[in-house]
Amino acid sequence: MEAIRTKIEVAGAGLRPVVGERQAVFEARDVSVFYGDQLAIDNVNIDIYQHLITAIIGPSGCGKSTFIRTLNRMTDLVPGARLSGQVRYRGIDLYGPGVDAVEVRRRIGMVFQKPNPFPKSIYDNVAYGLRILGMRNGLDERVERALRSAALWDEVKDRLGDTALGLSGGQQQRLCIARAIAVEPEVILFDEPASALDPISTSAIEDLMHELKRDYTLVIVTHNMQQAARVADMTAFFGLEVAPDESRRGVLVEYDETEKIFTNPSDKRTEDYITGRFG
Amino acid sequence: MAEPAFSLRTSDRLRRRQLVSRAMGAVAVGAALLAVAVLAIVVISVAHRGAGALNLDFFTQSQAQGFNPNGGGVLFAIVGSAVLVGIATLIALPLGVLVAIFISELAPPHLARIARMALDITNGIPTIVIGIFVFTMLMAIHGQQSAIAGSLALAIIMLPLVARATEEVLLLVPSSLREASLALGVSRWRTTLQVVVPSALGGILTGTTLAIARAAGETAPLLFLTSLGVSSHADANPFHPLQSLTLVIFTYFDVPALQTKAWAAAFVLMCFVLFTSLAAKLALARYRKKLGG
Amino acid sequence: MKISHAHEDAALERTRGWLDRIGDPVLRAITFSAAALAVTILGLIAYELVSGSRLAFRSFGLGFITSQTWDTIHNQFGALSLIFGTAVTAVLATLIATPLAIAIALFLTELAPKHVRSLLGALVEMLAAIPSVILGLWGILILGPFVQNQLEPFLGSTLGFLPFFRGQHSPTGILTAVLILTIMIVPIVASVTRELLTTVPSELREGALALGATRWEMVRGVLLPAARPGILAAVALGFGRAVGEAMAVLMTIGGTIGIHLSLFGHSDTLAARIAGQYNGASTNLQTSSLVYLATILLVISLAVNIGAQFLIKPIDRRPRRQRIALDRAFEAQGLSAD
Repeated sequence: MEAIRTKIEVAGAGLRPVVGERQAVFEARDVSVFYGDQLAIDNVNIDIYQHLITAIIGPSGCGKSTFIRTLNRMTDLVPGARLSGQVRYRGIDLYGPGVDAVEVRRRIGMVFQKPNPFPKSIYDNVAYGLRILGMRNGLDERVERALRSAALWDEVKDRLGDTALGLSGGQQQRLCIARAIAVEPEVILFDEPASALDPISTSAIEDLMHELKRDYTLVIVTHNMQQAARVADMTAFFGLEVAPDESRRGVLVEYDETEKIFTNPSDKRTEDYITGRFG
Repeated sequence: MAEPAFSLRTSDRLRRRQLVSRAMGAVAVGAALLAVAVLAIVVISVAHRGAGALNLDFFTQSQAQGFNPNGGGVLFAIVGSAVLVGIATLIALPLGVLVAIFISELAPPHLARIARMALDITNGIPTIVIGIFVFTMLMAIHGQQSAIAGSLALAIIMLPLVARATEEVLLLVPSSLREASLALGVSRWRTTLQVVVPSALGGILTGTTLAIARAAGETAPLLFLTSLGVSSHADANPFHPLQSLTLVIFTYFDVPALQTKAWAAAFVLMCFVLFTSLAAKLALARYRKKLGG
Repeated sequence: MKISHAHEDAALERTRGWLDRIGDPVLRAITFSAAALAVTILGLIAYELVSGSRLAFRSFGLGFITSQTWDTIHNQFGALSLIFGTAVTAVLATLIATPLAIAIALFLTELAPKHVRSLLGALVEMLAAIPSVILGLWGILILGPFVQNQLEPFLGSTLGFLPFFRGQHSPTGILTAVLILTIMIVPIVASVTRELLTTVPSELREGALALGATRWEMVRGVLLPAARPGILAAVALGFGRAVGEAMAVLMTIGGTIGIHLSLFGHSDTLAARIAGQYNGASTNLQTSSLVYLATILLVISLAVNIGAQFLIKPIDRRPRRQRIALDRAFEAQGLSAD
């Protein structure tokens, strides 16, 4: 823990030493996703490590969102979507027999591109997940703890009964993070969490991610390279590959420590993208 | 890697939750099936009992003399329905389109809101009440039943339907089209009548078709405005009391000897209403897609 | 040639013909008159009904509403048992129809495969399009015998300890009328609810599912609350439709005066009584009493409709597409003919 905390501060300063022992939380093996006949991502292999922030960057349409949604089985919700290969979460195949998608999503939370608070009060938004899990006792404390963790408590503690739709965009997004935290997941996936927000709210979310890293494993999809450089320990670059029949599919081009990706990428395509020659 | 000390399998509690969820899904499927089954039963039983009584006479002959259940047809009622609904359409279509133009193109917002509200409230008034209204108003002046009186009631029923459907398609006409026309120096009224309304024409016509299908099925407002009971022969004069298919069904339904004719009339009416409204719905759906609604 | 500013303006003026100059105000005037007429009709309806019921009001006053009598021989009239019959049939039909309609709408938006959706949606709307006189005919000649020979004996033997399920079995009566009304309002409420559910952003569904909610928990906790005001409005409209329905009820309810608890018994409603007696009214007082009934009916339907308008008001602030979806949905209630 100490080592990681040191690393946060260092990461803030822009230096990224390697953490000695990494434990893989997710292991994706030969993951391909089809929408009907359309191949969306092709043969992705990647390990995502515990208590790190992993960023997924790449041009639009490269399958970043598709990939992150395979990690908590949100892909199941798209009619006609099909996955081949394996996504192992702490050693268990997420798509294996007997694995319950609802249980998976309880453990692997998600924050979306557009803040999507429920049309309920602030309190009920956070309590929603707890209530469906059958928790009746200590709701207040849990809600407060989640809101504090999402750095929203001080702003809303006097109006917990107000509708969540009255919050600003940035506050709404932090509420969605609080809502995800409340059910005590192990991983939180962020699908372009700041793309609909102003710069100040964006930096609040980024600060929050650094805080959350202590307790959670974070994966973030972003189209904003500066954001990836600012928050992530590891960065995966997804690219577009055009097949002979002109169909386009997403592939994992390069995956490494963030500093390496941004200063000395191994792949020409990554370099082109980073330096703005492409995408 | 260490053996995971947790499970992603369905816990007992989750199994219960999933069970509730699946049960509710089954309820939803069951409700949908029930609705379709009821529709099928109604349509099939009307068709089964009505189709048998259909023959050429049914469409070409008027009421047989006396209560001879085997002879004659409902030509008088078909003609009457056509006249009733035709005149109602002639009143409601232009009026409804004008109201819609006012609401969506010309009116200041507060007037538009009042007009829209009036249309919606009129739409919600029971049609029997509209029948009473026309009756008390017209009988005082006119003094006797007539198809015109029935048409007037049907027109009041159709007006909000035509106006709201037209307003909806006018809203779908892209404002760039209006601006393009106005920017050419074309005046507002020409833009409205020559650019906006024509490009919404398909939607207006399908909306009107739906209103016609609705009016053709109306019975309650006609009960005391036009001829309830047996009129002797086919007549198309709107100043006379005319029969309608719906009134025929209502007059015959509790006379066992004539029930076959009631079923046949119901079958004809049902086919007309279902086919026109289905065709109009399909056309409207395509039209909305075209305009990007 | 030297052209001054003033001349330029004059030239611009002249390019507009006289038709164009009067066209705008004329179109405005004509369409305004049409709209004014639409509003006036509403006022006229109210005026005519009130003046038509004056005679009955002078004879019975507000006591009309609390009196059970409907005696054509002694010319004594009252609305209470009709109001009771209207309330019982409309409330029961709404109670049965609402969960069914919501379940259908949920199936159509959340569960059904895409190609099934549009087909089934169209079928449900077709059910709404069947004229009520046909449903009445079907109700009395096909549903009625079933109610008499199967449903009522079954209810009598299982729930007969309740006063609602006692009495003589008959093809006509409250139960048959309620079932027919249910068939009429289910498609109305279902199609409005369906339109409403499709306007709930899919992000909300995902948000709930991503927290580990089951599909039903998502529906109950997020989807239905998000659409609640609109669904309440849809239910109100369905209720209004049931209150105002004349033909199908007239043909199936049995048409008797009196207040009793049994659903097997005959009864009558405001709309059905007007439809059934207006033509044969023998005295001016009876005619006026029927108009009085129509006035009561008008007041109820106005209250229900205006209530529904206020319920959807918060939705009116939403983006145009959603409002269009709602408007479109409300047209669905205009589909079924009485």
